[in-house]
Amino acid sequence: MKLTVQDLNSHYGPAHILFDIGFEVGEGEVVALLGRNGAGKSTTFRSVVGLVAQRSGRIMFEGKDVSASPTHEIVRDGLGYVPEERRIFTDLTVEENLEVGRQPKRPNAPHWTREKLFALFPNLGEMKNRPGGRMSGGEQQMLTIARTLMGNPSLVLLDEPSEGLSPKIVEQMVDAILTMKKEGVSIVVSEQNLHFARLISDRAYIIERGRICFGGTMAELDARPDIRDAHLSL
Amino acid sequence: MAFYVVQFLTGLASAASLFLVASGLSIIFGVTRIVNFAHGAFYMIGAYIAFTLTERFSGAFGFWGGVVVAALAVALIGVLVEMVLLRRIYHAPELFQLLGTFGLTLMVEDLVVLIWGPDDLVGRRAPGFKGAVDFFGQNIPSYDLFLIVLSPVVLGILWLLFQRTRWGVLVRAATQDRDMVAALGVNQKWLFTSVFAVGVFLAALGGALQIPRDAVHHAMDLRIIVEVFVVVVIGGLGSIVGAFVAAVLVSELNAFGILIFPKISIILVFLVMAAVLIVRPWGLFGKPEAAARKTPGLTVNPWRPLTSNERLAALAALVVAATLPLFAGNYALTVGSEIAIFVIFAVSLHFLMSVGGLASFGHAAYFGLGAYGVAFLAKMAGLPMIVCLLLGPLLGCMGAAVFGFFAVQLSGVYFAMLTLAFAQIVWSIAFQWVSVTGGDNGILGVWPEKWAASPSHFYWLALGVAALVTIALRVMVFSPFGYALRATRDSLLRTEAVGINAKRIQWTAFVIAGTTAGIGGALFAYLKGSVFPDNLGISLSVDALVMVLLGGVETVSGGVIGAIVYKALNIWLVSQTDLSKLVLGGFIVLIVVVFPKGIVGMLEMLAQRRRKASPPGSPLIAKPIESAE
Repeated sequence: MKLTVQDLNSHYGPAHILFDIGFEVGEGEVVALLGRNGAGKSTTFRSVVGLVAQRSGRIMFEGKDVSASPTHEIVRDGLGYVPEERRIFTDLTVEENLEVGRQPKRPNAPHWTREKLFALFPNLGEMKNRPGGRMSGGEQQMLTIARTLMGNPSLVLLDEPSEGLSPKIVEQMVDAILTMKKEGVSIVVSEQNLHFARLISDRAYIIERGRICFGGTMAELDARPDIRDAHLSL
Repeated sequence: MAFYVVQFLTGLASAASLFLVASGLSIIFGVTRIVNFAHGAFYMIGAYIAFTLTERFSGAFGFWGGVVVAALAVALIGVLVEMVLLRRIYHAPELFQLLGTFGLTLMVEDLVVLIWGPDDLVGRRAPGFKGAVDFFGQNIPSYDLFLIVLSPVVLGILWLLFQRTRWGVLVRAATQDRDMVAALGVNQKWLFTSVFAVGVFLAALGGALQIPRDAVHHAMDLRIIVEVFVVVVIGGLGSIVGAFVAAVLVSELNAFGILIFPKISIILVFLVMAAVLIVRPWGLFGKPEAAARKTPGLTVNPWRPLTSNERLAALAALVVAATLPLFAGNYALTVGSEIAIFVIFAVSLHFLMSVGGLASFGHAAYFGLGAYGVAFLAKMAGLPMIVCLLLGPLLGCMGAAVFGFFAVQLSGVYFAMLTLAFAQIVWSIAFQWVSVTGGDNGILGVWPEKWAASPSHFYWLALGVAALVTIALRVMVFSPFGYALRATRDSLLRTEAVGINAKRIQWTAFVIAGTTAGIGGALFAYLKGSVFPDNLGISLSVDALVMVLLGGVETVSGGVIGAIVYKALNIWLVSQTDLSKLVLGGFIVLIVVVFPKGIVGMLEMLAQRRRKASPPGSPLIAKPIESAE
């Protein structure tokens, strides 16, 4: 397994957010983490990369226990994270944003260069020197993904990449994610949009109120409309 | 005309050191969000080490090598400080960071005297820049010309460093979003350490380059840090260009201010700063900071009225305190009076900090103004003591009204720096305006009248006033005004949204706290029989902060307990050791790192833990929280 999460519990102050979360991602797989707003998707991702201070449980990445590692080490091991809020460095240009994400080549992961990324996201190539603050939401979303790919990750956590984007940009996003998959990057994508998830994912988990309540292939999910309707707003 | 040109050039030369130190402070703040109070101390150590090295090694190589090696050595010290102290307090409230680095400053002040002695040290001239250049009959030291060229060169190097290197890009990224930088695989720890090292290097270089111009002495840290705070407030914290422009501006204002107001040249700088703050509260080149979102659960104990048992206990404590004259001697009574006065002082700051959320770093200004008010009324107008005690604090009230108006336009570290700068300005006026304030000699012979002259009577007076003031402030906390003030502390935006004029509420609180401090100062003048500039100095302001922190900001009785413990400890300490600053500084650092919640906070936490131990699993934790993200 590429990534195995077991018994993950997270707290913000006195509030218990995640309860015994467990999921797996295989080599080269695209796995969707589905759930409503506030279900705990972002917290799950933040916990996996160590951005939530109060967490417990086992997180195995490429056979290594990273549950106690600091964020930057987890990321350097090849686990990339694309936050939901995008968090572009608004004062930095597109190229400088990419530079922040740059990490050395990794043997077991595709190697991304600026040129390759500009081919994947042509819009970015046209605005290399534009400050991140003066880009549209869709362009910023592409830049966050490109920035994370500059670290040559073997697995990427993509937090709601389709949120707030126009249908045309969403299409581009689907293409980009499928290209990433083809290159050999494993992906966990959190989504509220089942339609979007279906286009890219091999398997899916459903999270509700901080608990995983379903796990299976997309076909298995389609066979259980009761679960789908109870936990996902379509 | 030539004279003015030379004056202008002198100003530019003075700007060099100021710019180096201020840019270092700005860079460090940008990434770590720490306002490094110890920056002045690093500047001073840089000067001392450079002095030693340039004396030891002769020639041009000895001098310039000595300057650079000194700056590098201090940068190394900075790295140690960052790794040992700052890493522990990055996530602490900014007040603790300011205090922790201030504690460090105190320690350094005693250490340099231990190592280099208390006397001023005059360094040697820079080789190659010993002479002067003639300019239409006026002399300009050639070293000044060197400094004038140096600052834009340093500015250029810094610009290249930040725009053209990977390190610079990472630093700029971290300035905006540290967590995201970590989430991209950058080790924040080393980034912070390297940034701190660069900032400290700049400060130490500023100090080392100053030795051919000025004597090296053990108070140069406070002098520069206040000017640097003014510079970064004007230029905008975090902006290097802002630091450059503001350093030049402040230095020129000083250079020409001396011609206009020879005695109180600092007034001019103050007026410019006030003007900038009104137009651009975040400085000329700074960016407005997004309103900080308070972490929920930061205020563990909301204020509540005392229970009847607690009221009885407080009353009993007061009665016990009032019986002190029955068995204690005169010395103990004088100490008792002083402690009571400092309870007033600490309680007033505690009110401002814990209820208003405004951490003033210059609260002694209003304490001292109250003292000076009494001294003026008693010595110059010859008014009776009661009248003086009633009217004297009004000077503190007026000072708080003027300075508070500007201060509440800002928040957080800017507020802290501005209040500190104001206090230092008041101190400078008291120190320099000799014809009115007596300068360093102070105003002597402010003795109480017969009815209050005996130690026991004065003690009762001080105790009574302290009790009244504490009760009055507590009543205010539970008045509609107190609720409004607490609302501004917890969320400025929401307070405005429900129709409260937040700035006015904060201003009122500032004036109340200042006036209360003035009452303490008024009593203090009578207790000591004299008033000195030290009564409004920085160290007294910090004493007040330490008292509040020691007691615990979040606690109800923090101000009172903190004042009693700290003052008693302080008086005892000064009688025991000559190195009181070293011990005190170490003590402050210790509080900040080990007991961030203060004495009362610690006791409450222990009590809570004991309570929690019995019923396991509070209902709060079992309930899933809606706002998971």
